[in-house]
Amino acid sequence: MSGTLRTLFLTFLHAFRRRETVQYPEEKPYLPPRYRGRIILSRDPDGEERCVSCNLCAVACPVDCISLQKAETEGRWYPEYFRINFSRCIFCGFCEEACPTYAIQLTPDFEMSEYSRPNLVYEKEDLLISGTGKYPDYNFYRVAGVPVPGKERGESEHERPPVDLHSLLP
Amino acid sequence: MATIHLDGKPCAARSGTNLLQACLEAGADLPYFCWHPELGSVGACRQCAVRQFSGPEDKTGRIVMACMTPVTDGALLSINDAEAREFRENVIEWMMVNHPHDCPVCEEGGECHLQDMTAMTGHNKRRYRFTKRTHTSQNLGPFVKHEMNRCIACYRCVRFYHDYAGGEDLAVFASHDNVYFGRATDGTLENAFSGNLAEICPTGVFTDKPFSAAYSRKWDLSGAPSVCVHCATGCNIIVNARQDTVRRVLNRYNGEVNRYALCDLGRFGYGFVNAPTRIRAPLRVISEQQTPIPAQDALTRFARMAADGPVIGIGSSRASLETNFSLRALVGPDRFSTGQTRQEQTCTDCALSLLRAHPGAIPTLHDMESADAVLVLGEDVSATAPRLGLALRQSVRQPSFHAADAAKVPRWMDAAVRTLGAECPSALFIATPAPTELDSIARETVRTAPDNIARLGFAIAHRINPAAPPVPDMPDTDAAQADRIAATLVAAGKPLIVSGMQYGSPALMQAAASIASALATQNPAAGLSLVLPDCNSMGLTILGGLTLEDVLEKAATGEIATLVIAENDLSRRLDPSSLTKLKNDVPNIVLIDHTLTPLSRDAALVLPATPFTECTGTLVSQEGRIQRFFPAITPAAPVQAAWRWVRMLAEQISTNDETLPDRNPATDLRTWTRVDDVTAALSRACPALAEAINAAPNADYRADNQKIRSEPARASGRTVIRSHISVRDQPPPQNPDTPFSNSMEGAYSPDLPAALIPFFQVPSWNSGQSLTRFQQEIGGAMRGGDPGIRLFATPSDSPPEPPRTPDIPAAFTPRDDEMLLLPEGRLFGPEELSALSPSVAARSAADAPTLSLPAGTPYPPRMTLHLSDGPHDLATRPVTNLPDGIALCPPHMVMRAFAFPRTARLSPVTSAAAVTPGYAAPGHATPVTPSPLTPAPVTPIPVTPASGPTASVTPRRDRP
Repeated sequence: MSGTLRTLFLTFLHAFRRRETVQYPEEKPYLPPRYRGRIILSRDPDGEERCVSCNLCAVACPVDCISLQKAETEGRWYPEYFRINFSRCIFCGFCEEACPTYAIQLTPDFEMSEYSRPNLVYEKEDLLISGTGKYPDYNFYRVAGVPVPGKERGESEHERPPVDLHSLLP
Repeated sequence: MATIHLDGKPCAARSGTNLLQACLEAGADLPYFCWHPELGSVGACRQCAVRQFSGPEDKTGRIVMACMTPVTDGALLSINDAEAREFRENVIEWMMVNHPHDCPVCEEGGECHLQDMTAMTGHNKRRYRFTKRTHTSQNLGPFVKHEMNRCIACYRCVRFYHDYAGGEDLAVFASHDNVYFGRATDGTLENAFSGNLAEICPTGVFTDKPFSAAYSRKWDLSGAPSVCVHCATGCNIIVNARQDTVRRVLNRYNGEVNRYALCDLGRFGYGFVNAPTRIRAPLRVISEQQTPIPAQDALTRFARMAADGPVIGIGSSRASLETNFSLRALVGPDRFSTGQTRQEQTCTDCALSLLRAHPGAIPTLHDMESADAVLVLGEDVSATAPRLGLALRQSVRQPSFHAADAAKVPRWMDAAVRTLGAECPSALFIATPAPTELDSIARETVRTAPDNIARLGFAIAHRINPAAPPVPDMPDTDAAQADRIAATLVAAGKPLIVSGMQYGSPALMQAAASIASALATQNPAAGLSLVLPDCNSMGLTILGGLTLEDVLEKAATGEIATLVIAENDLSRRLDPSSLTKLKNDVPNIVLIDHTLTPLSRDAALVLPATPFTECTGTLVSQEGRIQRFFPAITPAAPVQAAWRWVRMLAEQISTNDETLPDRNPATDLRTWTRVDDVTAALSRACPALAEAINAAPNADYRADNQKIRSEPARASGRTVIRSHISVRDQPPPQNPDTPFSNSMEGAYSPDLPAALIPFFQVPSWNSGQSLTRFQQEIGGAMRGGDPGIRLFATPSDSPPEPPRTPDIPAAFTPRDDEMLLLPEGRLFGPEELSALSPSVAARSAADAPTLSLPAGTPYPPRMTLHLSDGPHDLATRPVTNLPDGIALCPPHMVMRAFAFPRTARLSPVTSAAAVTPGYAAPGHATPVTPSPLTPAPVTPIPVTPASGPTASVTPRRDRP
């Protein structure tokens, strides 16, 4: 008897506890910045595409849902197309882990349900955002040795000007 | 065999090799950069350090460079020694000090030897915090990309390009850590083997430029073992494809043929398979336009054509044996033409019978590298068979190897052997009308007309074997020369005679064969090699058939209702007038080809076939090696292999048509369902090619009960690559003609048959350097033997035919009014398929067709060359030592149909006669006199000037 009463009492007490249920979608839960949701492609601080189409995200992807093709203008590599099949994606974040340029990033957005599967195939124009995402400062081409428009050979970080081959000085 | 102890484990090692080779052959992972199996050791990179102990009681030992230390029996060494490991790690760290942060944007990434070695040594953290040295890079032309920042100064590039391939325009500049590998100024790399730099370079300094434009990582590329189709040498290649386009061609090691190097024509000539000139649907002429039609309509039309009367088939020397044989089975052997002119066929038949009758050796390319006296008789091999030319270039090093052996210097000690070799004269004799690239290393060169070269050859044969017929009226100087050459050849341990049909002269080949057989009576190692023009010239010759002239005669008498032409552009072989006549005489022309040619404009029906990258087929190289190529791409309907079209055509022909040959149920082509059926039927029908079925394992081959995977295990994008078309996953395309799975699933190991290796990769070795794991011994045969089956490997047991008295030609006398026109030795441009490759076209565009004339006489800068299709206005180029009365012109580039030799008249350019140089569009030229189709090899073509009186220039003779 006492046990029953105690149970009823405890249940009654719960009526005054804080509500755990969130009134989604009117009320949005807090998701941390490193939450692994919708994948985006970011731009570097100069506003250029960060993706250099090195293919490391594609090879890291355990479900093989990333595909891209390298293209090049004036020494700068970029993806001709960049396609993610989100109906296959498991949001593991390996692609972000593998990316050497911070281009591919997972975001705290999971609201991407669709009624038809083809709409879950995202092309580059769907993925590319206009900002830098989580890493505001990094610019791969300022570190890499290849010359690109606006950065001549030998002007990267930690680089000396090109060697003068005709000089006899040591 | 010696025994070495690697970290306490006894391993067998070949004596005469170095410790690095021994360690790699024992399966150990020892990093290295500068050593290369073909280039030897120089000890430049200091990467392969191991600790060697002098005996069991020696506990200290010393660090040695494995690549510079010979194998000694009982050697004790340690790879895992802590200090040796630290040494190697530090060496890598120094190399990486200046290495740029480029891997994501480097074409070498994923198959980079430097990446592999860095991971292998365990160097993973950068400590250097100061600035990096940088270099400017150069534009090296359409084939090779240059990024000098990535260099680790291993010297492999110059050792290959300059020392091995003889290129003069790549060198080392500057000093200490500023060393620079490049050209003196920007410009196209001139050597024909420049593309190998991409494979030789252990990192991304030299990369493949056309591949970079359609780039994909190695792990994403599916591979197919294949055979190069751009000349008759039969080099083995790997074709890499992704997303139904061919991305690049790589060298596939064959210990007896191409080994570690491939010429640029083979490496970059593949572009035609992706070009817009490919035929993708059946075409027929509707209101004077080639219009795509459904395949069934095309077949119905063919059924109507076949009802008209006899069907004649024309095969091709650039098509596989399967294509040619299926066409022969369709029309019957009596109505099958090889698609060669009578002159070509005379030459190829002559070459085949000479090779079959040769009592000595028919050397492979690798055998040629060890020949110690070589006579090249009337063939510019660096243009017609470049890889053979490279093998001859190595042969001149034989004296230095002998000197090294005498001095007890191991042959792999590269710098020392080359220093010794600088004093050893080589025994290479070159007799050609025009200068060749090998002249610089030749002991003696002879510049004279092909007929005189043949006479010289017969004279040499007579000197060696007095039973051979003497040559009448030899001038004394030539006789002395013949004596010198004959003496050297007789004294040689492994003499080799090379000739070919570049100048269209059977006499040259007969002369070469008579020298070789004269030598073989004393020395069975005496070799004979004859260069043929196309990838399957030899196979087609063995198959046999009518000549094009026979077809023309049949057509003229109205015996042909339908002509089925397989992969042959007749406009390259018949001059415009006879081609027009053929088109008028034959009501129906059906063309089965993969690429649009001038001929396809006039065909009533064009059927889309597959190039070598999309079907399985068998080719016979000039050395009689039967080899098979496999598809890298499964073609999408209606494109299908040519033999499948032929089979479909056969179904349209009513069986009780009495004009058709007897239908043997065993060879009835309508029962063929896969390529192995065709090859089997070919092997039964043609005893000389009975071995064709064994050239490679057939489509039923399974390793571990699985098909072979054509993609590396980590190929990416499987679930997305075609999801823009449909999100439903598609199974990989099944191909009944291959044992490959077209996916990442299946068997793969270094123990696969060498003819079926789709790519080279083993754990920790992602670059092409993993090849060492696929060889029985480094630089030796592949595991399970080198691919291909030799036809003439052993001299035939049948008693040698009594030597026919060869027709010794009369000495060449220059004519006053006409020049003897010979082909210019040009690699890029004349070859039909590679000319459609964008990179090769870019390479050859820099070099417009010119008319080469003897330098002794002053000629005007432009002259008009009168050929059967009209006058051609060409820039002239003086060539030193070109004999009088001979002019050179690049084949097929001035006049599309260009049979050699022929005589032609030259005149100064008049404004009325000016015609733009380059390809003569059919129909544009109006030959005044229809060229007679005389079968004689030398066809003097009388051409009157097109317009205006032109004073005939008499070259050279007006000299006092």
